[in-house]
Amino acid sequence: MTPPPLLSISQLCVHFPVRGGVMLRQTGTVRAVDGVSLDIAPGETLGLVGESGCGKSTLGKAVVRLLKPTSGSIHFGDADISRTSQRALRPLRRNFQMIFQDPAESLDPRMSVRSILEEPFIIHGLGSRAERRQQVDDLLDRVGLPASTAEHYPFEFSGGQRQRIGIARALALKPKLIVCDEPVSALDVSIQSQILNLLVELQQDFGLSYLFIAHDLSVVKHISDRVAVMYLGKIVEVATAETIYRDPRHAYTKALLSAIPTPDPKARREKILLEGDVPSPINPPAGSAFGHRIGHPRYEETIGMDLALREIAPGHMVAADPCCLTDEDWRKIRPTSL
Amino acid sequence: MNGKPNNILEVDKLITSFETDRGLLRAVDQVSFTVPEGKTVGIVGESGCGKSVTAMSIVRLLPQPAGKILGGKIIFKGQDLLHASEAEIRKVRGGEIGVIFQEPMSALNPVHRIGHQVAEVFHLHKKISKKDAWDAATEMLQLVRIPDPVKRMMDYPHHLSGGMRQRIVIALALACRPSLVIADEPTTALDVTVQAQILDLMGRLQSEMKMSIILITHDMGVIAETCDEVVVMYAGRVVEKASAEELFAHPLHAYTKGLLHSIPTLDTPSKSILNTIPGMVASLADYAHGCRFCQRMGRKAPGVSERPIFAEVSPGHWVETCPECYQP
Repeated sequence: MTPPPLLSISQLCVHFPVRGGVMLRQTGTVRAVDGVSLDIAPGETLGLVGESGCGKSTLGKAVVRLLKPTSGSIHFGDADISRTSQRALRPLRRNFQMIFQDPAESLDPRMSVRSILEEPFIIHGLGSRAERRQQVDDLLDRVGLPASTAEHYPFEFSGGQRQRIGIARALALKPKLIVCDEPVSALDVSIQSQILNLLVELQQDFGLSYLFIAHDLSVVKHISDRVAVMYLGKIVEVATAETIYRDPRHAYTKALLSAIPTPDPKARREKILLEGDVPSPINPPAGSAFGHRIGHPRYEETIGMDLALREIAPGHMVAADPCCLTDEDWRKIRPTSL
Repeated sequence: MNGKPNNILEVDKLITSFETDRGLLRAVDQVSFTVPEGKTVGIVGESGCGKSVTAMSIVRLLPQPAGKILGGKIIFKGQDLLHASEAEIRKVRGGEIGVIFQEPMSALNPVHRIGHQVAEVFHLHKKISKKDAWDAATEMLQLVRIPDPVKRMMDYPHHLSGGMRQRIVIALALACRPSLVIADEPTTALDVTVQAQILDLMGRLQSEMKMSIILITHDMGVIAETCDEVVVMYAGRVVEKASAEELFAHPLHAYTKGLLHSIPTLDTPSKSILNTIPGMVASLADYAHGCRFCQRMGRKAPGVSERPIFAEVSPGHWVETCPECYQP
């Protein structure tokens, strides 16, 4: 028996209105997240990859309710948090936290590290002054910063150290889930590995779950148990990290993987070069979005077709899309009506 | 001729400093390397190692008045660029040497049409009429594979995506068919899929136009895929220099090894603890006189009070021979 998921997202949509003209009437809709369903088990890391503009950050923010979903549900444990008011969310928030890409922008420049790390305890009314002091010292120690840095201000730290402060803040209330939005992409390679190691250690020590959002596929492969590939607001493939890199089935996943530069000059490979850019999520193509981008001859067929994820192998889900699968795979999972 | 291509650029013991509140600080300390004709030389290192300052010194685009080139030689096709007049260097820059900057949005002028900006290069460097310049610019956009170039000429930079903007910047750099292109992190701001397109485009144009490229990046993967020669910089100095194949097969300096081992590859076991380089780069004002990588590792190499000797340990493979960091 698999344990019940810690987080379960179902048919989640986050749409934004596009307004224009003098009266600011709604002229369109950005379908940033468009019908996403995902589970995260306790202690699991789910990697989320995709090109910029595919909606992965929006999805991450919606999960921790920094954005209000348009429709769909987000079950955290037993509670559906997708409609909860901000006030009612507050006591729940200690269970899910977020680490941001740019630690310089996500830390208040006018607060000392001690006040930044103490704030969550104060908001949640936890501990006496002396206890909070001790907690902050413990947190700093846990993320590898000397306790003497507690009275310093964010500008006095390097990028890597600031990211450690961001991690300490997210850890403060012993959450169950942390959404990491590109936590290492702003850092130098040698610092990246330090932060990745820290995240792995913390997960083992505290049994944390991560939703790890990144565009660097080698980093995602390294840290994730399962990986979800997102394209234009939709998940197109989900499988274990090992499977998705060894045996990708969706054409977009294949193209993404082949684009990663390998640090070995002897292994220069033929790449699958994608033409053009990610299409705009404002009024996306009616059928298969990726089929439309690569100009697939079967694109017309997919208009109005149900392109939902189907299981192609145990635990390996892929969008049932004739434009993006090999004929053999398509025959395996196509809806019986076709 | 012994079959070796001629060097189009020679940088010899370049020293570039910045005037700051804390005195004159050396950002680039005796950097030497050569760029052979038609080849790609990669300069790799972490932020602040001086790789961009080295490149900008070549075309004399340092922040003024703070940036000063205090020593060394830069010889481009026999011409001494350090002693060239401002008018002469302006002719070289954008003419014989093209520059591709990292952030395409800030490299383009937001208030002028794409066509105007590309045509301006032809108008200024080739002294041709505005009409001819416009046609040449349209052709250039076609060359960098911008769909529907005639229409795109009338667009403003904000109309285009990051990848398309970077193509425009490449079009600007290549407009005068330069023999050397300096590309400063040309793909860092882009998605992997777009990065692959841009690197592929640069590779094709390189063989079509027979140009040399200096590629500045922090990504060892990009280096491995595109470069013939690699220069590894740390804290303002070159610590290792070799052909790409040699460097990836036999890295000799502790820093190069650290860089190569700290990136997870698709073959690294999941959630294994990655090798790290402890600490961080010292700030410019606190650079040590001796071995700077030892400084980062918090150790003192015996008998090294000056810069360790930079020696050719096997044909074409140069490395700083600090007793601690040189690890054959």
